[in-house]
Amino acid sequence: MALAKHAGIEQRIWHYAFLIICTLIFLFLIFPILVIIPLAFNAEPYFTFTEKMLTLNPDGYSLRWFHDLLGDADWRRSIGNSFFIAICSATIATGLGTIAALGLHRKEMPAKGLIMALLISPMIVPLIISAAALFSFYARVQLTNTFFGVILSHVVLGIPFVIITVTASLSGFDQSLIRASQSMGANQTRTFFKIIMPLLLPGVISGALFAFITSLDEVVLVNFLASAEQRTMPVKMFSGLRENISPTILALAVILVAISVALLLVLEGIRRRNEKLRGMSPS
Amino acid sequence: MHNVFKSTLVSAVVAATFAVGSAQAEDQTLTIVSWGGAYTISQQKAYDEPFLADHAGVKIINEDKSGEGLAGIRAQAAAGSISWDIVDMLPSDAQVACDEGLLEEIDPETWLAAAADGTPASEDFIEGTLGECFVPSILYSTLFAFNKEAFPDGGPQTIADIWDTKKFPGKRALQKSAGKNLEWALIADGVAVDKVYELLATEAGQDQAFASLDKIKDSVIWWDAGAQPPQMLADGEVTIASAYNGRIFAAQVEENQPFEIMWTNQMFEADGWAVPAGLSEEKLKLVKEYIKFSTDTQRLADQAKYISYGPARNSSSPLVGKHEATGVDMKPHMPTSPENLKTAVKFNDVFWTEYGDTLKERFNAWLTQ
Amino acid sequence: MTTASNTQSTLVTKEGKSLKEAITQANKAARNRALLLVMPLLIFLILTFVMPIIYMLIQAASNEEIPNYLPNTVEAIASWDESQSANGLPDEAVYAAMHKDLVAGRENRTIGKAAGVINRSVPGTRGQLIKSAKKAKKMEPPFKEALIADNPKWAELPFWRFIQRESGAFTINYFLKAVDRAYDKEGNIVQAKESNRVYLKIFLRTIIMSILITGMCVLLAYPVAYLLSISSVKKANLLMILVLLPFWTSLLVRTSAWMVLLGQQGVINETLIAIGLIDDSSRLSLIYNATGTFIAMVHILLPFMILPLYSVMKTINPSYLRAATSMGSHPFRAWWKVYFPLTLPGMAAGVILVFILAIGYYITPALLGGAEGIFISNLIADNMKGTTANFKIAMALASILLIGVLLLYWVFNKLVGVDRLKFG
Repeated sequence: MALAKHAGIEQRIWHYAFLIICTLIFLFLIFPILVIIPLAFNAEPYFTFTEKMLTLNPDGYSLRWFHDLLGDADWRRSIGNSFFIAICSATIATGLGTIAALGLHRKEMPAKGLIMALLISPMIVPLIISAAALFSFYARVQLTNTFFGVILSHVVLGIPFVIITVTASLSGFDQSLIRASQSMGANQTRTFFKIIMPLLLPGVISGALFAFITSLDEVVLVNFLASAEQRTMPVKMFSGLRENISPTILALAVILVAISVALLLVLEGIRRRNEKLRGMSPS
Repeated sequence: MHNVFKSTLVSAVVAATFAVGSAQAEDQTLTIVSWGGAYTISQQKAYDEPFLADHAGVKIINEDKSGEGLAGIRAQAAAGSISWDIVDMLPSDAQVACDEGLLEEIDPETWLAAAADGTPASEDFIEGTLGECFVPSILYSTLFAFNKEAFPDGGPQTIADIWDTKKFPGKRALQKSAGKNLEWALIADGVAVDKVYELLATEAGQDQAFASLDKIKDSVIWWDAGAQPPQMLADGEVTIASAYNGRIFAAQVEENQPFEIMWTNQMFEADGWAVPAGLSEEKLKLVKEYIKFSTDTQRLADQAKYISYGPARNSSSPLVGKHEATGVDMKPHMPTSPENLKTAVKFNDVFWTEYGDTLKERFNAWLTQ
Repeated sequence: MTTASNTQSTLVTKEGKSLKEAITQANKAARNRALLLVMPLLIFLILTFVMPIIYMLIQAASNEEIPNYLPNTVEAIASWDESQSANGLPDEAVYAAMHKDLVAGRENRTIGKAAGVINRSVPGTRGQLIKSAKKAKKMEPPFKEALIADNPKWAELPFWRFIQRESGAFTINYFLKAVDRAYDKEGNIVQAKESNRVYLKIFLRTIIMSILITGMCVLLAYPVAYLLSISSVKKANLLMILVLLPFWTSLLVRTSAWMVLLGQQGVINETLIAIGLIDDSSRLSLIYNATGTFIAMVHILLPFMILPLYSVMKTINPSYLRAATSMGSHPFRAWWKVYFPLTLPGMAAGVILVFILAIGYYITPALLGGAEGIFISNLIADNMKGTTANFKIAMALASILLIGVLLLYWVFNKLVGVDRLKFG
């Protein structure tokens, strides 16, 4: 994005104005996330930068909120609940979703558009509506206040992500590879593991990660479907934010940001590897 | 950090086992719903700790959902699965739930302990506070408090002062509820305390109250959890807040916040236990034990060591002593102390059960206007 | 599916079937295999998601309390005709049936349930029912006189009209409330009292806010997506992280970040004071109002606009633009005539997606919106819990919002196609 050497003044002004605007928008996107990081290390129970922090005095910083967070049995339990629910629901969503995506991908699949729209709909229906519907129905069948009910509801939320990512990775998939493999004498199982799986895997992994993070971050459904026993970290965080926002919540926020960075890096790695793989394929 | 990760993992596994194993242990677990924050802590210290010391194997789970207590009990009853064992509620909500058959009826003679001198429970509790399905434990007050630093020349002294945003600048935090705000709105408009409910029952009085609220609407931030107003005062988000007196007291003595309470026209009412109908026989037995224990003379007096709410039993009052953490004498901080009762308004829960639906609906509509 | 074409067909398979039949059969088998793969998920989703939604739609219109808890009255009042008697009141049979229901309702402690429902529409009747129920056992016939003597409200027509109208298994009562309509004393549907209207206004506000948010997202996303599309792959990947990190970061984290930034003592106010732009007494109110909701939601939804725009812009060949300019067109004109129309599909996808997501938002308005920055979702939540809870109204509101969202989703599917949705 270099400016042509012969660009006129007007064009130059436009060009730099454009760059400045873009920089400001990028700042808007990223600044709020960065700003809470130092505040989580605040030595004082405030939500603003203290003088000591601004002068970079080490006394202004401390790990006390992290100790507070991880030293509290209630917080630990809710963090544990969150991971347990997220792992279970992501696993189920990925399993069911991947198999369904394989079927959806087949050209013989009837009513493909309708079924696809139905499978994506949990992502589109506002959470509060799902909460109202699931709460009244799950209560009828005694699923409220159980881990099982919460996990089921999170599987529902995770499914669209798995369907989207897996069908996306299948859409670039060359059907002739299967025929080639079978014509060379590989049976169906062998074809699946040797040809389909490696190409499918990036989509499956990113779908699973999306489902995992969606569950880990979900607060509305858990808030209505769960009792104290299944209380997850976002629910605790939500009520903390409503009532008294202490830097303990920011400490948790920093940990969550770290988790998203890690997941983002994994995804980026998968994407690059995938690009390489596809780049090498003869088509 | 490694240990922390491990313990998190362990709790995840524990959570998983609980999902399976909770069925057997259930009847020894009490799920107690209360208001959270300093209030739940005071209950844990005064009731739960001594109770658990006596009842090995019992486990208490606290849920901070009293704010949605009535809705929760209704929903659980409709679903036929009761997950709450004891709910801390306001008497008006308890009466509504009781009329709907959602609560156990509480007979004071069989459920509650007599006073030390043998006075039966039905006579020991402050008059008019026991309900068909409700045992009061405290009398609490909702009142105005302000941040002294915002008003170096002295803060507001009357409800009219609170409404005067010129003389006392800054935002006000008010509870997002019709109750109390409408009463104060009339008082701010010059209505005598003893005429408030009479007027509020008429359409003209309701119009007057909302018109009065209109005057400060632009300066109000609404709160819905008891922990919020002290936080808003401390953060400087507001200069004046309506709040529960116990929360302000806690901020004053435990965090040394520069808050001052204005006792003028404080509004007091009872708060206490209700028991959802439909518990198992065994569970109900445990619940009864807990209720009897937690509302006896000593426990109610003990609670005042941790939070500045007045005990609901007459026999507890003389036992109220000093604040556990700081040694402050608690008697002058009770909503029931004679000094603080001078201009107090008794919150009329009978009025609110009758007119609540309409007034709350109008209040919610007004909020969005 | 077997055809009569056998006679005309000359092509026959080894097994002796016609080729057409064989192909049909093979296709059918392939179709069944595809369906078999999708079926487990489909059944799962129908049980855990579709059925609850349908259940909610039915519940929002169902009427249990009055038929269940006042069964005798409901039966007796069916034949009541106001114009038949002098004062219009029902006859003794209806009052006797009501008396029977009151006695039973007192015994089973269910009278409060019916009273609660009636009181919401006919204010002041809770006490009438509950207090009379307490005394009902001791009352002597004729019950019409006895009840009216106990409480003159038993002689008021709107109460009886309500019971007669609401005695069926279904009711539109809650849907009427959800659109600020009510029955007047004569039983006609009219607008609710001015001071009690709330939902339509909030529906409208939700739509307007969502439009503003979507518009702002377009304005901000466009330059960024453009920059990404014209940068080298390496640079674009790097810049993409700045877009994807917020996208991946917990919604609550981002909302709490905005609480930290926007508060009265927040980072923005403190900074403005420190650099002398505003003084201490005129701090900006950025939080607990519509402004706070707007800023935070634009931030949260912006990536959903950038990603589809970028994926379309990426495919536009920059030489189109160069061709236009080199042919003497003014750069802006060239851009407007050539480039902009090509980005419209991406923009349409982003706009509908952001709008659909915005219209159902709950968490961010709940935390940052105060009383004026709330969305319809917050009123649904308030009606699901809280002291003024009325679950039926929550369900009615949710049903209306759901229909709106599904319509938008249908438009999105027609215009863009759900299979085009991608992340990152």
